[in-house]
Amino acid sequence: MRGCLILCALGIALPTFANAQVPKPKSKQDSVARADSIARADSIALVKQLEKELGAQGADTGGTAAAATQGPRATGGYMNIGFVALTDAGLSTEPNVGAIQVGDHDPHVNGFSIPNVELTLDGAVDPYFKGFSNIVYKLDKDGQTGVELEEAYVLTTSLPASLQLKVGQFFAEFGRQNNQHPHAWSFVDEPLVLNRMFGPDGLRSQGLRLSWLLPTSFYAEALVTVANATGGTASSFRSPDSPEIHGGVINDRLVDRPSDLLLVPRFNTSFDLTETQTVVLGTSAAFGPNNSGPSARTEVYGVDGYWKWKPAAAQAGFPFLSLQSEAMWRSYDAAQRIAEANPAVTLPAETLKDRGMYAQLLWGIKPRIVAGLRGEFASGDPGAFLSEVRRDRTRWSPNFTWYPTEFSKIRMQYNYDNRKGIGTDHSLWFQFEFLLGAHAAHKF
Amino acid sequence: MKSRNLHRAATLALVAIAATGSSAAAQIRVVATTPDLASVAREIGGDKVSVVALAKPTEDPHYVDAKPSHIVTLNRADALIEGGAELELGWLPPLLENSRNSKISAGAPGRIVASDGVKMLEVPTSFDRSKGDVHSLGNPHFMIDPVTVKIVARNIANHLAQVDPKNAATYNGNLSRFNAKLDAKYADWQKQLAPYRGAKIVTYHKDFVYFAERFGLNIVDELEPKPGIAPSPAHLAQVIGKMKAGNAKVILVQPFQNRKTAETVARQTGATVLDTPEQPGAASNTNTYFDMMDNLVHTLAGGLGAQK
Repeated sequence: MRGCLILCALGIALPTFANAQVPKPKSKQDSVARADSIARADSIALVKQLEKELGAQGADTGGTAAAATQGPRATGGYMNIGFVALTDAGLSTEPNVGAIQVGDHDPHVNGFSIPNVELTLDGAVDPYFKGFSNIVYKLDKDGQTGVELEEAYVLTTSLPASLQLKVGQFFAEFGRQNNQHPHAWSFVDEPLVLNRMFGPDGLRSQGLRLSWLLPTSFYAEALVTVANATGGTASSFRSPDSPEIHGGVINDRLVDRPSDLLLVPRFNTSFDLTETQTVVLGTSAAFGPNNSGPSARTEVYGVDGYWKWKPAAAQAGFPFLSLQSEAMWRSYDAAQRIAEANPAVTLPAETLKDRGMYAQLLWGIKPRIVAGLRGEFASGDPGAFLSEVRRDRTRWSPNFTWYPTEFSKIRMQYNYDNRKGIGTDHSLWFQFEFLLGAHAAHKF
Repeated sequence: MKSRNLHRAATLALVAIAATGSSAAAQIRVVATTPDLASVAREIGGDKVSVVALAKPTEDPHYVDAKPSHIVTLNRADALIEGGAELELGWLPPLLENSRNSKISAGAPGRIVASDGVKMLEVPTSFDRSKGDVHSLGNPHFMIDPVTVKIVARNIANHLAQVDPKNAATYNGNLSRFNAKLDAKYADWQKQLAPYRGAKIVTYHKDFVYFAERFGLNIVDELEPKPGIAPSPAHLAQVIGKMKAGNAKVILVQPFQNRKTAETVARQTGATVLDTPEQPGAASNTNTYFDMMDNLVHTLAGGLGAQK
């Protein structure tokens, strides 16, 4: 339709231009001028009619769209580019560090690890969409480079009724930390309960997410994600690593009905308790099929909270005090299945119940210096298969972070880590991060 | 009887809600990122607008928390005034992303960038963070330059006239009145500071550059060695040396800057630390832009006068 407008505009402009350039014989000039005038009036009427019709359809008539494509003023160009690199170093009393640091972006070895280097790209696609991409490079314990497309999605900017759609590959909005990238974490490693419910990379998949900002006087947002339930980043669902949970041979399933997809609803709300204190509360769930049997399903539920105090005259955001906590429960219906370790053994149908939580307190003591303490546990009821990833575990992690600027940080963290039936390990980790290019502002 | 009373009360409540709603609906809802921009918007918008500021008067405008309540405020806004020049880069983008409000999207009539048309100072010729957190579009602390604020006021009036064309004449009239008042005040402020032209001052951050240029003050140095970098003892020793050599006797600080650091330097140099907030509402009885500037000029003139 915009093309019609351009043609109409050209229809108006070209005769005018032609008139200005080509002198006409005097005898014909009046009649030509009259004809031009009629043609111009017709064209203007047509443009007005089109504008009216387009306006009635809620379409953009050009002005705002053209202006909106000016894009962000901040760093110029059409795309913001950022590069964040994390280097970990340290020692643990557990020689097989991978057995206790189970997150994909945790330190993996005694010595040095580079578990997360992110290339972030974002910008306005056009007046209607924003695009985001996060490509992760990492070195494994043998120093081999791995690359993964962590996120790539578009976000709508102008849906009516305060709706917003996200489409692509992205972290599911479940709880507070699942959709945060490692450089935004306040601790060196992934919380145990997130690892237990969503695996070493968190819950992310390909799909779409619809969000509605409710018309309330306070912040209230309802979100629902529909995504594929397959792959290594859908750990409690149809992941190739699921035998670690249920111990059986994988039952491959195709997607032949909507319930074969992953459904992640979430409700999030926030209140400013005082001028200096804010609380955010959320509740989430994830429903989807698992691969222990042809109709086996998993349900994960979670509640989360965040409270922050910051004085009205804080210096560079300091001092502050914040408390963040998440609790999760999983009900994993494992079908009757053949044991992966021994095909002669059949494991019975059962419901595997797991739970866990973490709470982390951060104290921004003075500008650029933060002390933190995290306490966490994860636990699973016994099942027919003795799973290492369902073992009861408790961890305490005091840490200390110095941010020389917003673009670098140095962190030290101690982990007191108790695995039931195995014993207690002690780890000391250091982390260094640097950031180049655009620094995406962090969400609250 | 009871049910009739209830019915009457409910009707009255509905009428009251409707009246409140229609009154609120009649006003253009303007959100400003900082209180100084909000104050100018109130001068230009008058009773045709309702204005709220996201940042608190005592808050560092570089480090405002992107609280969810701000998302709601932006979602309902008819217009947003931002300082621009990356002043709000650390917190405004995620709020806007979640506000889902096309009225305030980039380039829309409701998106007012205060720095549009402002002759920016300290625009870097190359981007290098080893020089500190330098804003690539120039120094964003132009609001305490009264001449530059005229450009900001014009930007606001122009955009409000587009957002609310039926009241364009009101906004233009208010702009004229604002400019006339600003001219008178500016003459007064110039008069107050005229005796101190060339006076040497020290600031905590590079936030008095426009003011100093406008009123002929000489900034000897900043306590921050580079923008956004915390003062180090080595740098402060240099500053103390410069202050002693140049006889600079005044250090200006904002409510969110480390006054103790300034006091340490003041003790070494015999200087006075002056509280010179740049936001209306940060000091008592400074609810408007004019009050804030009155306070700033009065405090500075008093501090410089006492050192003579």
